[in-house]
Amino acid sequence: MGKEYIEKRTVISPEGNPIEVDPLKDYFCDAAPKSCKSASGIIEKFANWARSESLWVLGFGTGCGAIEMRPLMTPRFDAYRFGIQWRPTPRQASVFVISGYLSVKTLKRVVRSYEQMQNPKFVVALGSCTINGGMYWDSYNTINRLDHYMPVDVYIAGCMPRPEALLAGFDKLKHIIREGRGEGANKYAENFDWYKGNQKKIIKDWDMPDYNW
Amino acid sequence: MGTIVTKILYALLTLFIVTNYGLILSGVVHKIGARVGRRHGIRFYQPYIDLIKNYTFRTRITHGIMYYIGPVFRLTGGIGLLLFLPVIYGSPVFDNFSFAGDLTFVLYFQFFGVLGMALGAGESGHPYSALGVSRGLAQTTAMELPLTLGVLALAVQYHTLNIHDIVAAQQGSILHWTLFTNPLAAIAMMLSFLAMMGRSPFDVVLAPQEIPIGPPTEYHSALLGVLQLNRAIFPAAKLILFMNLLFGGATNWGELIIKTFFIYMWSVFVGIAYPRFRVDQSVRWYLGIPLLIGVAAILVVKYF
Repeated sequence: MGKEYIEKRTVISPEGNPIEVDPLKDYFCDAAPKSCKSASGIIEKFANWARSESLWVLGFGTGCGAIEMRPLMTPRFDAYRFGIQWRPTPRQASVFVISGYLSVKTLKRVVRSYEQMQNPKFVVALGSCTINGGMYWDSYNTINRLDHYMPVDVYIAGCMPRPEALLAGFDKLKHIIREGRGEGANKYAENFDWYKGNQKKIIKDWDMPDYNW
Repeated sequence: MGTIVTKILYALLTLFIVTNYGLILSGVVHKIGARVGRRHGIRFYQPYIDLIKNYTFRTRITHGIMYYIGPVFRLTGGIGLLLFLPVIYGSPVFDNFSFAGDLTFVLYFQFFGVLGMALGAGESGHPYSALGVSRGLAQTTAMELPLTLGVLALAVQYHTLNIHDIVAAQQGSILHWTLFTNPLAAIAMMLSFLAMMGRSPFDVVLAPQEIPIGPPTEYHSALLGVLQLNRAIFPAAKLILFMNLLFGGATNWGELIIKTFFIYMWSVFVGIAYPRFRVDQSVRWYLGIPLLIGVAAILVVKYF
């Protein structure tokens, strides 16, 4: 805290009236996420089938692994065949691909983007860096284990994993969703304090509310 | 009383058929685009799965009442346009609510959804939404000029504002189609059609690579589902409108599907062949040759 742009302040409007501005309260929702109950039986199975066959990926290249996402979507590998499509905004996406190492600075953006996605949401972590830090394991500036900060559904090992490995990973994710095990969003809501604690340990300049849409 | 109930039921049947046709059409058109780019592309039934997926999201976030009403307006624009078009000419079942002044009504109605979206997206508070909306409105306004001139030329030519009568006047032979009886108006309207379908040279408003996705930036879950549903119905309704005005209408579903498919292909092929215009470029382009052709169409109809 202690940054001017997030502090409460009074602004004078063009008419001369004072207006109270509290950026953290005005621009964000700070209500903690709630765990959502799934529908029952065949309806949930049908919904899970639709979710698994329509994976909308948040187009956010977080590390060097993002370079493998392009050939994945272009003619050689063409992931569109399998219902995988890009979405430009976290609101509309259901899969977050963490492509490679996460620096502390990026982690902050990743957390915000992840929280803006709607339940159910899935995380695919790509590359060794997300599993144990990989070649950056002793770096001062990157995190080592991604699932300390958000629930991960599928890890794809490799440095870098090729598009074939990514396709196999997405296939695995589809199986997980169809079996009803893709409940990362609920897991995040239930263990919210633990995840938040871990995030705050790493991110020193925490200038956002605890939970932001 | 009985008649109006039957009419409503018939209209719902039309809506159901056209919705499914629109969804399959959008899948097929995606596939054609992908094949040009040497990909396999999405499955043709992918739009259905995307729709179901969006409706089954468990959470959604609100930004206020107008935010909810925006997609409803948009969908109303699509369905409303469809309900006032005679879908199948001469069929008592698929004639819908066509009435005396429906041509003006239709022109107004296709702008309706855009305005609703502007209010809804504005309330989401996202700057990209507002930017997308202003770009979209600028382009739509420019595109409407040649379109309106073309439509007025048709009204002068056929002495009516009733789409049903315009279709009736084109029956009998291919040479009775407006395309051949009034080619200038047809050209002006078909050039506007390119931007109406929101495909490549004029898709800067909704293109994901530009200001991310434009007006629907903040829309998600079922709200996005409503918008997607409209993106199936609205193009289909516009195709039927153009088929009725320029290509002699359709007397059965087979004819309708063949004609609308080929009309759609005009915008698809242009979209695949030409790169994207910026908004200022597309506005200037519409205020140039298409506008002149539209003016010429009116003059030719009036004085020759």
